[in-house]
Amino acid sequence: MARELPYIAAIGEAIHQEMERDESVLYFGQNLATSEDDPFLKAFGSDRVRVTPISETAEIGIAVGAAFAGYRPVVQLYMAEFMLVAMDQVVNEAPRFHYMTGGQVTVPIVLQAGYGFTAGWAGQHTGSIYGMFMGVPGLKVAVPSTAADAKGLMTASIRDDNPVVFFHNYLLTLEHGEVPEGEHVVPLGEAAVVREGTDVTIVAIGWMVGKALAAAEQLAADGVSAEVIDPRTLAPLDTATILQSVEKTGRLVVVDQSTRHGSAAAVIAAEVASDGFASLKAPIELVTALDATIPYSQPMEEYLLPDEAKIVGAVQKVLGFSPVAA
Amino acid sequence: MWRIRAFEERVGELTRADEVHGLVHLSVGQEGVAAGVCGQLRPDDVVYSGHRAHGHAIAKGASLERVMAELMGRTDGLCRGLGGSMHLVDVEHGLYGATGVVAGNVPLALGSALAHRLLGGDQVAVVFFGDGAVQGGIFVESVNLATLWRLPVILVCENNGFAEFTPRSAHTNVERVSDVVAPYGVERETVDGNDVVAVRTTFARFLAGARGGAGPMLLECLTHRVRGHYEGDPERYREALAAEEWQGLDPILRLQRSGAAEGWLDDDTSSRLEQDAREQVEEAVRFARESPFPPVSLTAELVYAS
Repeated sequence: MARELPYIAAIGEAIHQEMERDESVLYFGQNLATSEDDPFLKAFGSDRVRVTPISETAEIGIAVGAAFAGYRPVVQLYMAEFMLVAMDQVVNEAPRFHYMTGGQVTVPIVLQAGYGFTAGWAGQHTGSIYGMFMGVPGLKVAVPSTAADAKGLMTASIRDDNPVVFFHNYLLTLEHGEVPEGEHVVPLGEAAVVREGTDVTIVAIGWMVGKALAAAEQLAADGVSAEVIDPRTLAPLDTATILQSVEKTGRLVVVDQSTRHGSAAAVIAAEVASDGFASLKAPIELVTALDATIPYSQPMEEYLLPDEAKIVGAVQKVLGFSPVAA
Repeated sequence: MWRIRAFEERVGELTRADEVHGLVHLSVGQEGVAAGVCGQLRPDDVVYSGHRAHGHAIAKGASLERVMAELMGRTDGLCRGLGGSMHLVDVEHGLYGATGVVAGNVPLALGSALAHRLLGGDQVAVVFFGDGAVQGGIFVESVNLATLWRLPVILVCENNGFAEFTPRSAHTNVERVSDVVAPYGVERETVDGNDVVAVRTTFARFLAGARGGAGPMLLECLTHRVRGHYEGDPERYREALAAEEWQGLDPILRLQRSGAAEGWLDDDTSSRLEQDAREQVEEAVRFARESPFPPVSLTAELVYAS
């Protein structure tokens, strides 16, 4: 049975269910369980639910060490940017150990990181910084766009034997969606075709999926059939599903809340240019944030970010290049 | 100690001959710490090391053959040739992490200690680091959390007076590493790290405490790095010790002298121990040379687990 849940509650439900199912799942984080009524603390006790000081490097490092011994810690980091102070652990320790040890150890940890809070949170709490992590070998990167996927991807992340950075978008926090009750797993590495179409492929990430669907709806009124793909995980990246779609439509627009040169969009475009060039009827269009720090002022913030109109414009551009459309 | 000394000296030769082709940091002169600490641990106690890890690995029980094969990048190496000198891991013998980024290993040891506590065992986690690690923020984060959560971890600082190429005095005004942790109430002691008996005695006390669930503790071992920071380091930043001064400090010679004076070790036995160690190292070199390089297919196999 599915019922409506907010995106953030779906994530919490996944963690709660996995902690019930598997005693090796731990939950660490700043400000976690600060009251005795906290549902995690009441259910699982202070051995497994641990409040930490503001010490991201130590929190993540301890999670890695506990993972060597078979635990599955979830580290609640709140803001993706807070991971940046712990980059040695996130980039150089957690994802490298399995490989560097010739497979002797595994590091099943989840780093829960909210991103993209482009709602007046200014320069240091708004980054869509997953592009930085998707290029780190050994790290998996999940970016759910719906409440159901948020639950399913968190469940899969906790069960995975690799370190996973779970990026949840802060602008989706209270978005409601149908979420299955009980066990719900969305495998890491499988994209979702969220709208089928034949004229153009729009690949959109996280918060951008909703914008892309709205743009596709608007384009449909003009007789344009857009296919919308949500990669759901950026590492591993399901390039096969994207290539298959481009083979059908011949046109690609990639929409990403990240700055252009740090975006997942640039990597996706490169993969399609490399392996799907023969299918392309027009150059690939990227709709990303500008390469600038997110400003505080609202009109400026909107100026920097992708929106529905920019997506529609990019689709019209790739269609305009097409001899068929011309 | 002789096994470590002979191994390190041979690795130095093999580095110059380009049979060991990567970045190598030797622990000649610091053997007393590795032996005094690891010699008392059980296989299920966990040890973390850093970039200068060969001695810790050997003292914790890793086979000379497999460490040497790792340094030569061979498939029979501890890490199948994928880790190398700075990333020696031997889970079977409780050697969990040599990490190449200074102080990056300290919180990992805390994680092991937390796991031991949650699982209800009496295993102890030990982490080796140099005096250079102490000035990093992660060290303070880790000491704070280890004390807050009362983790059974023993922090072992090998204070050789140099952080890479720079003397301690250029890094900090705090002379003793053991003073850095004072506000946290960590049980701590500074010992002569080239006196293996002193290392052993103090560590034994800490180990008994940690087995009983106490912790963390910090053991600072004052020692001397005979070689440069890395093999090939021109060492323009310091004068080499005079031979006679080094003979006064050498942890192996000191133990041999005291053993002879106290009548439990004669010269013949000392020579035989050295000879045995050198023969074992030669056997390790033969083993490593015969081991093939790893297949490139390992890459696809090991980027992700399962």
